[in-house]
Amino acid sequence: MTEPTKPDPKVIPPPPRPPEANIVRFANLLSVRRAGGIFVPLATVILALVVSGIVVAATQHSVRIALIVYKEIFYGTGLNWLAHPTTNLTDLSAYNLSQTLLQTSPLILTGLAVAFAFRCGMFNIGGNGQYMVGLLVANWLGVDLAGMNRLLHILLCIVAGTLAAAAYASIAGILKATVGAHEVISTIMLNWIAYWVASWLVGAGGPLQVADPTNPVSNQVSPSAQLPDFWGIQGFQGLHVGLFVALAAVVVFWVLLNRTTVGYEVRAVGFNPDAAAYGGISVKKNYIRAMAISGAFAGLAGTLDMLGGAGSYQVGQLDIPFIQVGFIGIAVALLGRNTAIGTLLAALLFGGLSYGSFHGLGSSAVIDPTLANNLTYIIQGLIVLFIGAELVILYVWGTPKRLRRRRADIDQAVDALAAVTK
Amino acid sequence: MNTWAAVRLDNPLSARRAKLTGGLGIFLGAFAAFLAIPPIEARAVYWPILVGIVAAMLGIWTVSSGRRRLGWGAVAAGILGIGLGILATRSSTANLGAAFDATLVQQTLSFATPLVFTAIGGMFSERSGVVNIGLEGMMLLGAFWGVYGADKGGSWAIGLLVAMAAGGLMALVYGFFAIHLRADQIVGGTGVNFLAVGITGYFFILLYHNNPIPFGVSLLPNVHILSGTGFFSVAVGNLNILTWASFALVVVAYIVLFKTPIGLRIRACGEHPRAADTVGINVYAVRYSCVVLSGMLAAIGGLYLSEGPQGNGSFIFNMTNGRGFIALAAMIFGNWRPAGAFGAAILFGFSSALALKLEVYSTQAGTLFQILPYILTLIAIAGVIGRTVAPAADGKPYAKQ
Repeated sequence: MTEPTKPDPKVIPPPPRPPEANIVRFANLLSVRRAGGIFVPLATVILALVVSGIVVAATQHSVRIALIVYKEIFYGTGLNWLAHPTTNLTDLSAYNLSQTLLQTSPLILTGLAVAFAFRCGMFNIGGNGQYMVGLLVANWLGVDLAGMNRLLHILLCIVAGTLAAAAYASIAGILKATVGAHEVISTIMLNWIAYWVASWLVGAGGPLQVADPTNPVSNQVSPSAQLPDFWGIQGFQGLHVGLFVALAAVVVFWVLLNRTTVGYEVRAVGFNPDAAAYGGISVKKNYIRAMAISGAFAGLAGTLDMLGGAGSYQVGQLDIPFIQVGFIGIAVALLGRNTAIGTLLAALLFGGLSYGSFHGLGSSAVIDPTLANNLTYIIQGLIVLFIGAELVILYVWGTPKRLRRRRADIDQAVDALAAVTK
Repeated sequence: MNTWAAVRLDNPLSARRAKLTGGLGIFLGAFAAFLAIPPIEARAVYWPILVGIVAAMLGIWTVSSGRRRLGWGAVAAGILGIGLGILATRSSTANLGAAFDATLVQQTLSFATPLVFTAIGGMFSERSGVVNIGLEGMMLLGAFWGVYGADKGGSWAIGLLVAMAAGGLMALVYGFFAIHLRADQIVGGTGVNFLAVGITGYFFILLYHNNPIPFGVSLLPNVHILSGTGFFSVAVGNLNILTWASFALVVVAYIVLFKTPIGLRIRACGEHPRAADTVGINVYAVRYSCVVLSGMLAAIGGLYLSEGPQGNGSFIFNMTNGRGFIALAAMIFGNWRPAGAFGAAILFGFSSALALKLEVYSTQAGTLFQILPYILTLIAIAGVIGRTVAPAADGKPYAKQ
């Protein structure tokens, strides 16, 4: 079996370099890393699109159809609106774009949630559970405190839901900090606990259920807690102000991580917990704090979805677009390389794919919209699979450069040898 | 742990006695809850209270002799036992009779079967050092391609083979990323889960045009050994072939893993791959085999969902619905051991079956009961009652020198 990553033992080790050369080399490496930061996600997306395009071409027996499908998905996202911006709301591209952005906002937040935990060296796979906590708390307060001042009511729901989700997520952080329980397992368990508690809360006879005992659905959030729409018709799934909250969260994420002591400690622990501890940073405290902040982002997504579009939660609502946002957040964070701007762009890609491939496709499309929707999951899966193997992509990309360097090293060695024997 | 307790633990006899009493306390706590339900049916409230208090006392004694986790576990079990026991004595006998009968045993085994297959598969993978979060996706692939195979091939046996091939193939792809390319295993597994949802959904619509799978697909047969209406006839007289196979699998897995050289090699790769490599074990080959095996077993578990008595030969979009993660939890709860994973799967199956039964007279109780396995797993990984310990090199990619 061939091994692409195995170093070739026959290569002559390069002679020691002068210190200046090392500095130059380090700077070069850094720039390669930085270029790879854009290159790897792009290559991953293109590779995933090509592979899933092959699937379409093979199953539809036509390459042309595969290309048309991608064009239709692109139009489905409404991004062609950017080519001819219009404020006319009956314009299809404008409507599609508003819906794409509606799907993007929670993905930005769940992506930031996963990314923040990643930066502290933790894998928060519990975005779904934290999202659910935010959803339920927002619903509870949004229904119970009907008739409050609108701004206060909205703020209260958002803050309470976010804090509750932060507390919920910190359970996993506390377990990791105190007894070393792996956060992947504990957050998966917390996901399911949240799911079943939600089913109990809005199920038959549950505290949040509507008056009709046969209907397992929660009450609608009162109008005083609904987020105002700024694009589209109020009450007809217009684009609500939650998008701006999500965009603000991107800024908060960047400032928190790169310009504060909290962020410095989080990154230090993420790089190397032992070194951080040696430098006087409490690793345990940072695990708990990073998990809580991570949960806050995911919970915020839940509150915005509840106050913005959904308004109620139904038992067993486990279909992917609605409740899998936590999992898609993992893909978003990975593709965005756990950075603020990367997460934003990746969320736009995944939001566009989910909306554009299903609802955005008209009935006149060459491909069944449900089929295209499943294509989205295939693309997502491939992206996550490939991004995990970034080592390979970087290796393949760096091969010509490495070969050049190797040749230069050999030349140098030959010159040195010639100088000695002369 | 304070020095006093450490001194007490130094005495081996005392330590063993503490372990014993702690275990006895936990057992009595569980027993207290079961006193009031058939077949014992003690109707007086004081029985569960009495037994529960004894359990808690044993727990306190264990704590005082140094084994804190075990001791507090026994105390918690005693208190839980008292609570559940009182609840059980207060509900009417007719309801209890409806909830605790032979069909409960039968349904417990039925719910546990897919979990046992998947959990044992995951155990092999993790024992060799590869974390497999993608079990959920591999189950889903087995569920769909198994029905497809049974439908087109005309026999459940062909379905079984197709399911195993599909799960094994996906596991091979995952293995390539996780072992050869040394990708992050949790990321790769998450990718597999997405991919499986997409592949099964895509081909389900492409091949069946979103219609249900045609009626009359060859199903996994039941093994009829007892007829009649007695307790044992209902409970185990007519179990599915895969349920029996799952019992056999547990025994085989135990023997292979702990009594054969192959098992020793697998465990060596999971604990210390460099050492295994040094003595001539091909770490990559062992890991590949174990990952592919885990994919095949997970696919069989998934096949039971669609082709077993509950699925009735139909596939539903994303029908595994998190069972792969439950199996993962069962494996961890069972401390990466076949018998432990089996016991945990039975416990999880029991709570699903009981939730279904309880729904007859209280949906709320049924729903809340579903949470129990997850809380128990959380407690288990937190190490309150006996710490679970993962293989040392679990999840760490190995680079050959």
